Amino acid sequence: MLGILRQKVGCGGFPASILGHSLQRIQPAVSMLPRRFSSTGKEMTVRDALNSALDEEMSANPKVFLMGEEVGEYQGAYKISKGLLEKYGPERVLDTPITEAGFTGIGVGAAYYGLRPVVEFMTFNFSMQAIDHIINSAAKSNYMSSGQISVPIVFRGPNGAAAGVGAQHSQCYAAWYASCPGLKVLTPYSSEDARGLLKAAIRDPDPVIFLENELLYGESFPVSAEALDSSFCVPIGKAKIEREGKHVTITAFSKMVGYALQAAEILSKEGISAEVINLRSIRPLDRNTINASVRKTNRLVTVEEGFPQHGVGAEICASVVEESFGYLDAPVERIAGADVPMPYAANLERMAVPQVEDIVRAAKRACYRAVPMAATA
Amino acid sequence: MAMNRIVSSSSSISNLHLLRSLSQPLLRRPFSSHADDDKTILTVETSVPFTGHRCEPPSRSIETTPKELLSFFKDMALMRRMEIAADSLYKAKLIRGFCHLYDGQEAVSVGMEAAITKKDCIITAYRDHCIYLGRGGTLVEAFAELMGRKGGCSKGKGGSMHFYKKDSGFYGGHGIVGAQIPLGVGLAFAQKYSKDNTVTFALYGDGAANQGQLFEALNIAALWDLPAILVCENNHYGMGTAEWRAAKSPAYYKRGDYVPGLKVDGMDALAVKQACKFAKEHALKNGPIILEMDTYRYHGHSMSDPGSTYRTRDEITGVRQERDPLERIRKLVLSHDLATAAELKDIEKIFRKQVDDAIAEAKESPMPDPPELFTNVYVKGFGVEAYGPDRKEVRSILP
Repeated sequence: MLGILRQKVGCGGFPASILGHSLQRIQPAVSMLPRRFSSTGKEMTVRDALNSALDEEMSANPKVFLMGEEVGEYQGAYKISKGLLEKYGPERVLDTPITEAGFTGIGVGAAYYGLRPVVEFMTFNFSMQAIDHIINSAAKSNYMSSGQISVPIVFRGPNGAAAGVGAQHSQCYAAWYASCPGLKVLTPYSSEDARGLLKAAIRDPDPVIFLENELLYGESFPVSAEALDSSFCVPIGKAKIEREGKHVTITAFSKMVGYALQAAEILSKEGISAEVINLRSIRPLDRNTINASVRKTNRLVTVEEGFPQHGVGAEICASVVEESFGYLDAPVERIAGADVPMPYAANLERMAVPQVEDIVRAAKRACYRAVPMAATA
Repeated sequence: MAMNRIVSSSSSISNLHLLRSLSQPLLRRPFSSHADDDKTILTVETSVPFTGHRCEPPSRSIETTPKELLSFFKDMALMRRMEIAADSLYKAKLIRGFCHLYDGQEAVSVGMEAAITKKDCIITAYRDHCIYLGRGGTLVEAFAELMGRKGGCSKGKGGSMHFYKKDSGFYGGHGIVGAQIPLGVGLAFAQKYSKDNTVTFALYGDGAANQGQLFEALNIAALWDLPAILVCENNHYGMGTAEWRAAKSPAYYKRGDYVPGLKVDGMDALAVKQACKFAKEHALKNGPIILEMDTYRYHGHSMSDPGSTYRTRDEITGVRQERDPLERIRKLVLSHDLATAAELKDIEKIFRKQVDDAIAEAKESPMPDPPELFTNVYVKGFGVEAYGPDRKEVRSILP
């Protein structure tokens, strides 16, 4: 069982995550595994990718500092900041009290002065306590001051559902933050994404919301030599085509990219070639890549973990309808989290988040392969 | 400050000097030389002593110079005139939306500036016009911003509540009550991090004094020994709510609990100066301190508030007669023979004209060009598209 946790390279040369939802339940075991190196090159967990990115950026620029709950002596609630306190000292790695509104405001104020804070939220659910500072103090300042007060800050932490943590600890904030002009919202999937996007975020002169995923922290991905270089950055605002395809476009971000790739694998066995787009950046949204893909495949399935109403998929659907209406051969399909607060019971929780079979079903519908629904009275 | 130089070099003053010297003893020194005299030490006692919380209050005897007293008068007179002119502009519908006026509270800004440098930072809420002026902002930029013109300090895109002057350490200008306090503590954090040996004054009102984020930020400031000075401008009314209806304990200088505090007569510019000097020394050595400035605003909360439904007209006129900050300094100037009443009146006349000229110049400034709708959303926009209400009609590339 543990042997198949290693990243497999799928067909077409693109890595396919084979961690099914059931394997996520043994998350603790994954993080204790030693790093495995595939024969084609180095592998790195998302956790190590984030840690190395923080380390390198703090080393390169003395103005970068990290603050949040348990980031220092505890080594990070999810061990993302492991070793950083020891290396950089308590002036640059700051343990805060459990006062999000206070320490987020302090971070934004420090950014006003010219420092480069990285503010960690233990999960983005707690960012709601500080959301006034994120939106009104950070996002809008450059505009209101006509360029005088820029805010080079990064807000990062795990976002979305974990495993069995209940309604107050499972919300996805991508759609909320991405609707706000002045913010940039990034959603890494792989270790390369994590490294490159976090480095780009820290170097970016604007406020960046960096949405990680707790269940991805322990996943290993192959990393190229280029990605290991300290100057490596992934461009903000550019989506990545994880798997090329001809028949249907599937957009996803964060953990759902893995699910979409699994779905693509299943679909390929039934003769449907799915193109999987890893959005990487929710704001700015790479509308060009999405529309170019839909103009090629003529069908679209959007996948996200968050609540469906006014979600990321809604924006993508609207964008495609506006820009590429004539190219659509089928209505756009949306797969999203259930329209309910996250339940605790394992079976209900499973029903509240998208599963691979949901994506497969939607793709088939878009391709008119599913059994047509009975007409309702 | 720029305002001083304008007055003392004005030719009309020297004409007055000529006229005055004919009617008064020739032994009297000319007014303009007092304006430059920063050597003579005058000692003034504050009318109200300081009250300390967990600290030894500074002395009531404050040293000042003729130059300082005259500059206090001039600065406050200009601020007063600016706010009154803004009132008229608002009623003429040239200023829209929010307009929160500071007249009555000028001593806080002026006294603070006398104690600090432009490397120290000030951050405040929305009653920011005079703070902006104190930090070196110009009348034209202030009025142009209020009227939403290109020549405004935020190029017309901010408005009354969003004045900034980063090069002089003024970080705004904030519309959300209480938000400026953690931001100010963040500035102090950055000052300490950068080893700049400077401090931040975070101003807030009695209305904001009950905000949770104040206590969160103060806790961290005290834990991390940050050079943050929290200044409660207690004008006794949070919008329409009197302090005793909003705070179980309106002794705001004590609300820091473990953080020392000082209660100051905020209508006395010299007391404010002394307190800010004391606070700066304290903050650099011992971390945060709270200053409560006992002050008063003549206008209502904003231009939409007459200010007389929750307080009596007698109260307002009473404060104007007994405690007006401008009148206090006028009395001091006159009693120390630094100028005659007529000279001071003439200064005020000159400032009235300056303000009128600034308004005329600000009115000439055009409204921002339409493409400005889409500028400064980001520092680095990555060439991404932004849309107007009809996205097929109005789109722009963010540079």
